[in-house]
Amino acid sequence: MNPILAVRDLRITFGGVVAANGIELDIYPHELVAVIGPNGSGKTTFLNLCTGYIHPASGSVTFEGKPITELPPRTITRRGIARAFQIPQLFAGHSVLECVMLAVAARHGIWDAWRPLARRGYRHEAHEILDLLTLGAVADRLTATLPEGLRKLADIAIAMALKPRLLLLDEPTSGVSTAEKIPLMDTIVGVLRAEKITALFVEHDMDVVERYADRVLVWDSGRVAAAGRPHEVLHSADVLERIIGVG
Amino acid sequence: MVVRYTVILAVVAALLPIAVPWLGFVFTLAVGIGLAALGVAMLLRGGLISIGHALYFAVGAYAVAFLMRDAGVHDLLVLFAGATIITAAVGFLVGAFMVRYRAIFFAMLNLAISMVFFTLLSKLYYVTGGTDGLAVATPTVLGMQLSRGAFDVVMQNAALILMVAAALLIDRYLKSPLGEALGAIHTNEVRLEYLGVSARGVIWAAYTVSAGLAGLGGAITAVAIGHVVPELSYWTVSGQLVLVAVLGGIGGVPGAFIGAFFLELVRTFAVGIAGEVWNAIIGISLLIVIFFLPEGLYGLIQRLERRRTNPK
Repeated sequence: MNPILAVRDLRITFGGVVAANGIELDIYPHELVAVIGPNGSGKTTFLNLCTGYIHPASGSVTFEGKPITELPPRTITRRGIARAFQIPQLFAGHSVLECVMLAVAARHGIWDAWRPLARRGYRHEAHEILDLLTLGAVADRLTATLPEGLRKLADIAIAMALKPRLLLLDEPTSGVSTAEKIPLMDTIVGVLRAEKITALFVEHDMDVVERYADRVLVWDSGRVAAAGRPHEVLHSADVLERIIGVG
Repeated sequence: MVVRYTVILAVVAALLPIAVPWLGFVFTLAVGIGLAALGVAMLLRGGLISIGHALYFAVGAYAVAFLMRDAGVHDLLVLFAGATIITAAVGFLVGAFMVRYRAIFFAMLNLAISMVFFTLLSKLYYVTGGTDGLAVATPTVLGMQLSRGAFDVVMQNAALILMVAAALLIDRYLKSPLGEALGAIHTNEVRLEYLGVSARGVIWAAYTVSAGLAGLGGAITAVAIGHVVPELSYWTVSGQLVLVAVLGGIGGVPGAFIGAFFLELVRTFAVGIAGEVWNAIIGISLLIVIFFLPEGLYGLIQRLERRRTNPK
């Protein structure tokens, strides 16, 4: 099977800090891959490199066999990679429904200055996505008024409205209470499986990783230090000591 | 709501000059300023403050003068259409450069270009008439040469029709995906890019439309006054356009026209009542609005409307 995302020898430094130090990895279709590692190990930088927010000094990123290394975020998004952020990136003056409708409109083509955004087709599609993510009840609320867990879901709903083939999630459970984490991930993963969306998520909660990931990539000093099935990686003495800090 | 208040505004604006004939000229000027302020208000929705939109106001005004003098165009509708298209084209060209900048850089670059244009208008005497400006003769209307009195009535009604048409079209645009994307730039440009949308493209489209509106406003002003001068592109005019947009409120398209009518009426009465201190009266009126109505005059109307429909 060909990888949906192939990364080869990706390198970047910020001043003296090596944020990507020869990253090599493949993500395969329909996989749910977790990325773990200590703070500052370059996990978010990796997502930024894959989505064109920053460009590497060297190396390549290939999506569905085509290079995307030097492309800007909007072009990469149009190619089929969507992203949800560690700090939810919502449109503050808009309702949840409007944010998702805007994403639906972006997928269909934003260059329409005549028909309303809140047209029946867009509204229906947005409601479907919101219902999938259990956000139907807050559809008309302004995004700024939502609690953190719902903001995370709204951010993911926006990304899902783009109908991506690869979804990158940066710490989907950070800032969410312990009690909310499992229901939140149940909802997200349920939709990902149902829609057959390949996903890569950065996560610090090892229970979440073990429960949901098909594969784990362990990040350390800007490179993949270990990779494998969750039960193998998370119980490896080396990973426990060096990455998770237990041992 | 926008349709209702636009129509109410148009009816009031149409009837008042019949009751008070000398107000007709004031209203025509207010529509000219209101159109240009609507262009500024559109950009404000995207979080972009242009303090150089007098550039497009003046381009529209001088386009009328040049079309009459050099191209032999004399029909009112053709002049308005020509001036709007020329100004939108200038906005499109300048916009290609402007879309790279945000915040204070966007504001100052607009100001800089408008002041360069002001200098060119002042110094290129043989082309622009220099500081004397250019006279604008009374245009024909559908091929008919009307008396000045009849023409002023036509102008006033044409301005009202253009105001209503522009308000409805821009309201439609602002509610479309492209218009909503402009509002989204104000709060989260990065997220918009991550939707696959070019924020620069969205701003470029808005900037071009906004320039066209200001150009149409300038064209109406030029024909109404019958004279164009470099001061139309001066920074104080740009400041006035921002002031009108904020005064009226950027929550809806009627705001720009309400702000323009308010300012022109206050100015007219202030000059008439207290010629020595009319500037102070305008300043105090503006302070009252800014302190007590932060969402502008249209924001007040919206608030009252919400209270009426939802008393709790």
